[in-house]
Amino acid sequence: MHDAIYLLAAVLLPYLGAVVAALLPANARLLAWLAGCVALATLAMVGLGFAAIEAGGLPRFDLAWAPELGLSFSLRMDGFAGLFAFMVSGIGVLIVLYARYYMSPEDPIPRFFAFLLAFMGSMMGVVLSGNLIQLVFFWELTSLFSFLLIGYWQNVAAARNGARMALTVTAGGGLALFAGVLILGHIVGSYELDAVLASGEAIRAHPLYLPALVLILLGAMTKSAQFPFHFWLPHAMAAPTPVSAYLHSATLVKAGIFLMARLWPVLAGTDAWFNILCPVGLITLLLGAYVAIFQHDMKALLAYSTISHLGLITLLLSLNSDLAMVAAVFHTVNHATFKASLFMAAGIIDHETGTRDIRRLSGLNESMPFTARLALVAAAAMAGVPLLNGFISKEMFFSEALTVATATSVLHGILPVAATLASILAVTYSLRFIHGAFFGPPVDDLPKQPHEPPQFMRVPVEVLVFLCIVVGILPSATIGPLLDKAVRALLGDATPSYSLAVWHGFNLPLAMSLVALAGGIALYRLLYRHLNAGLEGTPLLGFLDGRRAFEQVMVFISWRFARALVRLMATDRLQIQLMLMVCTALLAATLALLPHGLAAGDVALTAVDPVVAIIWAVGGACAIAAAYQAKYHRLAALVLLGSTGLATCLTFIWFSAPDLALTQLLVEIVTTVLLLLGLRWMPRRIETAGSGAPLARLRRLRDFVIAAVSGLGLAAISYAMMTRVSPDGISREFLTRAYKEGGGTNVVNVILVDFRGFDTMGEITVLGVVALTVFALLRRFRPAPESVGVPDQQQGDARDWLLVPSVTMRLLFPVIIAVSIYLLLRGHDQPGGGFIAGLMLAVGILVQYMAGGTRWVEDHLRVLPLRWMGFGLLLAVGTGVAATVFGRPFLTSYFAYADLGPLGKLPLASAVIFDLGVFALVFGATVLILIVLAHQSVRSQRAAPPPPPVEALREPAIAGED
Amino acid sequence: MTMTVLSWSLLLAQLMLGAAMLCTTWRVLRGPRAQDRVIGLDALYVCGMLLLLTFGIRSGTSVYFEAALVIALLGFVSTAALAKFLMRGEVIE
Repeated sequence: MHDAIYLLAAVLLPYLGAVVAALLPANARLLAWLAGCVALATLAMVGLGFAAIEAGGLPRFDLAWAPELGLSFSLRMDGFAGLFAFMVSGIGVLIVLYARYYMSPEDPIPRFFAFLLAFMGSMMGVVLSGNLIQLVFFWELTSLFSFLLIGYWQNVAAARNGARMALTVTAGGGLALFAGVLILGHIVGSYELDAVLASGEAIRAHPLYLPALVLILLGAMTKSAQFPFHFWLPHAMAAPTPVSAYLHSATLVKAGIFLMARLWPVLAGTDAWFNILCPVGLITLLLGAYVAIFQHDMKALLAYSTISHLGLITLLLSLNSDLAMVAAVFHTVNHATFKASLFMAAGIIDHETGTRDIRRLSGLNESMPFTARLALVAAAAMAGVPLLNGFISKEMFFSEALTVATATSVLHGILPVAATLASILAVTYSLRFIHGAFFGPPVDDLPKQPHEPPQFMRVPVEVLVFLCIVVGILPSATIGPLLDKAVRALLGDATPSYSLAVWHGFNLPLAMSLVALAGGIALYRLLYRHLNAGLEGTPLLGFLDGRRAFEQVMVFISWRFARALVRLMATDRLQIQLMLMVCTALLAATLALLPHGLAAGDVALTAVDPVVAIIWAVGGACAIAAAYQAKYHRLAALVLLGSTGLATCLTFIWFSAPDLALTQLLVEIVTTVLLLLGLRWMPRRIETAGSGAPLARLRRLRDFVIAAVSGLGLAAISYAMMTRVSPDGISREFLTRAYKEGGGTNVVNVILVDFRGFDTMGEITVLGVVALTVFALLRRFRPAPESVGVPDQQQGDARDWLLVPSVTMRLLFPVIIAVSIYLLLRGHDQPGGGFIAGLMLAVGILVQYMAGGTRWVEDHLRVLPLRWMGFGLLLAVGTGVAATVFGRPFLTSYFAYADLGPLGKLPLASAVIFDLGVFALVFGATVLILIVLAHQSVRSQRAAPPPPPVEALREPAIAGED
Repeated sequence: MTMTVLSWSLLLAQLMLGAAMLCTTWRVLRGPRAQDRVIGLDALYVCGMLLLLTFGIRSGTSVYFEAALVIALLGFVSTAALAKFLMRGEVIE
């Protein structure tokens, strides 16, 4: 039980710290203390968890999340995860201490520590996840937070570009990984890591093994900067040095290694695994080491050396050998220690001298002797000098390369040579790093006078270098037990016997090490002149520019390809879009109907009611006339539309649908006014433009045919449907259950707020979104120049227009409110409800705007539509959540009768509160659109060339800006 | 006897209202001026409201009266908006 808490705390503490750090004021000392304490606590949690492993347990934490889907939030820590968790949290502590002195007070410190801690939490999530989907989730979080960290200096273009590149590559790889994990889960039947690890045979034998492998490796290779995805890593050096030291030593890039090693027991062991990873690792190893030599920026040199070392680890993993696996895990740890300390040393040099250019730096040994010694040891570890940790893992690499070289394939055969060559190159770039910066004559033209950094800034480097030495001299006494646990967690009983001794006697690997050291020194001597000439670029490989290729791909995808697609598929013209939509619908309906035909059903027709016939004649005539007038006589068309709407409402009543009729009536009214409001801003009509040309006639004929066929088709389908007996659906269920289970006699309303409450909630959310969109769009709306001016009708000096109607309208306001509330309250049992009442109240406000004008209304009445909308949505959601509090499913409604004594019984249903939410949202959304349209008039007159003097009053606030 | 008179008079009233609606529709369709159409629409609303009342009486329920109430209360809004648009060039100033 305690173990579970340690695990949960190890993942959650950093996130919690991130939130707190983001809220604290910019005080570097305070924030560093906070972040340091959080990192230390995380480290302690990892330590406690690891102690449980030592005791023979397997700490884990499970929380059912979506059990129907087989998904749970699970954390587990075995030895391997523990080792990584130690690295992540331990180096995290050191990074925080280092960053405390590195970051300048001008930088936004809270953001830095918040991102750093959040990144740490995500990394802990990756290594401790017990579920693959969850692992991918945290994986993408690391991509996201590394993006934020790399782009921390937002004002620097290089930081932004580097961050974007890192995000594109790693998050893209994360998508591939996700797909791979889904396939893996499909093969295994579970996403739980335990289940996956237990079914290695089944996975390797499955036909989907290869796709899953390729996708997962794509994820790992992008994250771990393997060729050809390595190019993002050097560009990520635009980050602050603590970030680089953290991301590129122990965490971000090691996530890919972690994944490959984690899934090594189930995915490795096949030819496909070797054939994909071995060339990739080999090329990355050699390419990274070679390019690193020719970097002049210390951080860039370290970046390429990181790529090279990651290639080495990948190569070790690819060999399908248990001993190589041990070497890979060991080298991962070693690389993390010496690379983090080297990055920090480079940061110290940058911080104290103002430059990281090896060409400018020289003789720093004089001015910063301690840092020089520390960097020297760390670089020696990187080069693989004996008695340091890098040497031991490199020896293991050599002996593995020699072991597999006995196989017949060419790839196996060249491994020893390639390994020696890579080591020669590693010695060369390590030498360059040390010799270039610390030795040679001191220079005095540096941006800052170099001196030793603050004592505590050096402490993290000292700790790491100390570890390099201790592990290098006494490997089995220090890292031995930890490594043993980690390897046993991966290999189980198959764990080979390996020796961590420093001295294995005179053998071939030792000879290779000596050759590498001698060769590296010789190569450095050879290249010394060339390197100091200060040429940019890498000889022989100058044509390899990952960034240019990346940018070309990005330009192609996001610009040329997108453009071409738009040119090919899209149009700006509304008519064509509408025509395509209608034609598609027409085609779909025709295809569906072709096999069956469209015949009338056999239900007996009712007798013709003369009154209905008249109403329909009116509606039909008006609809046709509206279509006819729509292009050139918009106002007439609007009036005709209003008549059609009325006929529709009457029809609804005739067919006993009072709720529908009420809603439709109010919608008609609101629509007419909103359209009129919009009509004001339409451009003038152009009657003459090509209306008589034969081509235009033809086009209109085509449009007419399409419209007529679609309309008639729809009518035919409706007729065919209505003349058939409707299948026995759920309507009867609703009728019988409405009162019994929903507590209301108005079935329509009970369906809306209870049976289908969830749908209604979705609908009102959409309505809110639409209203906000209209609001956002109209706030920046600039009308056509010809309609900006004051309308002709207002040019004269007419006064006191519509005086009597205005007074009536104002007097009606309370009446409308009363009716609206009445309709809202009775809605559950009789026609009415939140939607109708909301529209009604909105019309009430609309009437006030019409009567008094925007200024008058806003001087006398404060309507805050956004508040109404928010309140409505919260109320609706709150009612739903309240049901879950009582242990019922979301949105379950409750009803009872309140006894009011002499007043009788009052029916109370929780659905009424939900309806109140609907009411508030509908009202808010409608009024928001209305107000923002109304404000156009106020704004445009301000922008109009001759401002009328009467209107030069103060400017009312835009709706919603309360 | 009373029921017969009532049902006949209701049918007659509905037919007359229908005839009135046809007349107003003619105005809405023909114009000739925009103002004629607006007045036509207003009259159409009034006819519709009355038709709803007769319908309610005929079917013997009061459920349909709310719709009539809404028309009575708010039916004028479209008309007023249209009138204001014609008179002032915009609905809300």
